[in-house]
Amino acid sequence: MMSFLIRRLATMVLTAFCLTVVVFALTNLAPNLEKIAKSQAGARISDAEVTGWLEKNGYARPTLVRYGEWLGVLPGWTRTDEATGRETGRCILQGMEPADAPSFCGVLQGEWGQSTVFKRPVIEVVGRGLALTGKLMFWVMVVMVPGALITGVLAGMREGSKLDRTLSTASIVTTATPEYVSGVVFIAVFASSAVGLRWFNGSATSAMDQATFANFTLPVMTIALYGMGYIARMTRASMTEVMTAQYIRTARLKGVSFPNIVMKHALRNALIAPFTVIMLQFPWLLNGVVIVETLFNYKGFGWTLVEAAGNNDIELLLAVSVVSVFVVLVTQLISDIGYVYLNPRIRIS
Amino acid sequence: MEQLTWTGSLGAVLDPLLGVAAVAVGVAALATIVLSFVDAPVSVQANADGTVTARTGATGLAASALRLAVLGLLLVLLGYVIGGILMPYGDAGIIGAMARRLTPVWGALAVTFALSIAFKRYLGLYGKLFDSTVGMVGFALVMFWVYTGIFGGPLGLIATHDPLSALSGLKNKLPGVPVPGAPDNGLFPHYLLGGDNLARDVFSRMIHGSWIVIQIAPLATLFAFMVGITLGLPAGYYGGRVDTILSFLANLVLAFPVILLFYLLVTPEIVQTGIPSFMATVLFVFPLVFAFVLINSRFRTQPAKRTAMVAGVLVVLAWLYLALISQAGTVINILPAAIDPITLPSGILVVFVSVVFVNSPTSFRIVRGLALELRTRDYVAAAQTRGETAWYVMLWEILPNARGPLIVDFCLRIGYTTILLGTLGFFGLGLPPESPDWGSTINAGRSLLSIYPHPALPPAIALLSLVLGLNLLADGLREESLKD
Repeated sequence: MMSFLIRRLATMVLTAFCLTVVVFALTNLAPNLEKIAKSQAGARISDAEVTGWLEKNGYARPTLVRYGEWLGVLPGWTRTDEATGRETGRCILQGMEPADAPSFCGVLQGEWGQSTVFKRPVIEVVGRGLALTGKLMFWVMVVMVPGALITGVLAGMREGSKLDRTLSTASIVTTATPEYVSGVVFIAVFASSAVGLRWFNGSATSAMDQATFANFTLPVMTIALYGMGYIARMTRASMTEVMTAQYIRTARLKGVSFPNIVMKHALRNALIAPFTVIMLQFPWLLNGVVIVETLFNYKGFGWTLVEAAGNNDIELLLAVSVVSVFVVLVTQLISDIGYVYLNPRIRIS
Repeated sequence: MEQLTWTGSLGAVLDPLLGVAAVAVGVAALATIVLSFVDAPVSVQANADGTVTARTGATGLAASALRLAVLGLLLVLLGYVIGGILMPYGDAGIIGAMARRLTPVWGALAVTFALSIAFKRYLGLYGKLFDSTVGMVGFALVMFWVYTGIFGGPLGLIATHDPLSALSGLKNKLPGVPVPGAPDNGLFPHYLLGGDNLARDVFSRMIHGSWIVIQIAPLATLFAFMVGITLGLPAGYYGGRVDTILSFLANLVLAFPVILLFYLLVTPEIVQTGIPSFMATVLFVFPLVFAFVLINSRFRTQPAKRTAMVAGVLVVLAWLYLALISQAGTVINILPAAIDPITLPSGILVVFVSVVFVNSPTSFRIVRGLALELRTRDYVAAAQTRGETAWYVMLWEILPNARGPLIVDFCLRIGYTTILLGTLGFFGLGLPPESPDWGSTINAGRSLLSIYPHPALPPAIALLSLVLGLNLLADGLREESLKD
């Protein structure tokens, strides 16, 4: 078990390393740097001014060296302005004496850098986004997991029955509805003046401070619905498999009542597979979060990703990708470990 | 011309009937479900005299009622379509007018279904699809959009207006709004589904959008499968270091959030550097490699035949490959325009490449898993004993036996690709903003969604129905292929 964990952690670090290299390389291509310069120093500046700005802010050096600085294995750049004699540098923050600044300031030292869009430390922006998204995800889980499990178990306990057919069709419909479609339909039906129901708000901006039933229902339902169908189908498949097992037949022959068979004998074994599926749904949910937060204007992690990517905010984008890779890989790990823990027939050698 | 209502004079008869039928379906379905818990199931009892008696009871009754109600509902819906085609323009309302514009699609669907059902015993897995209701419904939905795309796009039969041109005074107008001055100035008399925020026809944009999806989604999925098969088979068959490296790369791509990947690959700045064109150069080589290995491994022992076939196929494929990757205005523009038959509108190639790139690792994993399972089979061992090459075993022994799950996954993946294309459009990436594809239209419509939902809803529902159709089709295929 220990060697398995270590191997997985090593893969994780390697994956995160490769990903950050790719993201760093792509965001630091010449046209992207020019875009940053123009967004920071004004859209109408000349090519010479762009080059000057890039040099002044430490962008005009080899990508690999700057990646090392970002990572914290190479000392941060410093530069003395010829006209004023002031020293600036990567590690010299606003209002800091150049002499006090540390020579290394990268991710390994816990410094995630400054966001160029939000003009604040990256760690603060990401932290705030994660907190808001955490709130959203909590409610999504509260709605999605019980809903999906109940649907799946009800559909799977009697395979081929009308209830099974109805619920299975409903699950297929929800898996075929991407978030931007269900979100648009929900807003049109429940929040537009054209239909006139106006039960909920079409924007979740006010939910950032205070989530209420009116402003949080639509985003939560939009994300939950897409994942729900998939988990329900997996639960159904696992439930139908369990219901044909030998020990269920034995219980039935013993004269155990049907509700008892489902609740006491079948359920626990049937829930092993859905657990894995729920864990593996996290990366997909992340996608849904980005779409829903953009659609409902909820300024969480997904919204931050779109802002960072749209404005080529290099350090914010790197932090965002590290966090999302971390989420994806950690959930994979938990799903593997949980699978072994729940299913005593499997042992990792 | 006056404003069209939804169902016109046809609605006076059919609307109440539709309501009754819908309620009847709902009640009957609910009754069937509730009774399945309470009442005994339908049972057949054998009598002593050799006859059987079916005990239907309330459950059987409810089931028959449901069948009847569904039939009634379908008849009413058919009534709208037939009424719309037969009645003079305008009398059958918006629904009727749309049904009439779609006449070629209905005809093509009817012919397809009639022929397929007549010859279904000779058509293998495709024929078996027509034994499953779910499969047929899915197939009908998919073919509806395929025919709409073909008739509406290159043939130009269905759309009522130009999808890109705006008509003044029709900005954000509700469905059925009359076009000023039409039909005297040669325009279609109404905006059937209203106008969007730039006063363009929503209906025509939806129809043209289907052609974009129908072109890109299946082809991109096919390319992704080519990559997946060419890399996944050796990874699963050999295992070991090849597998470790390829799987790590696949997981690396999968660990990226898809939207971040799109933002990194599809922005104009990246397109300027030519990275998508280089990726196209790499990704589109795989079909060539696949075709070469496929033919070579089979006819290796007959060099004359092999060389002729390989040369013939590769020349054609290489020409198509060069035509596809060399596009005017990108960094790779090597083929002279005279022999370059493929000219893509701006942005399409980039979108295509990024969708193929995102889909490839998943199909790689599926093929790898199948190869891993099938390589232990006896026929593989037999082929190895005969002295066949590894590629022969992979492509001519393992791959044909993996076709069932692969076909099912192919259908599902086209649906997923459609969703991805919509996502790209939703974030305004890749395609130009005025493009009529569904994602971009949803994106354009969402700013005014709570006041004017009508521009965003038709493409949303179109996308939903196409993906749903593909999912149902995959379900039907899976069910039928498991029956063997």
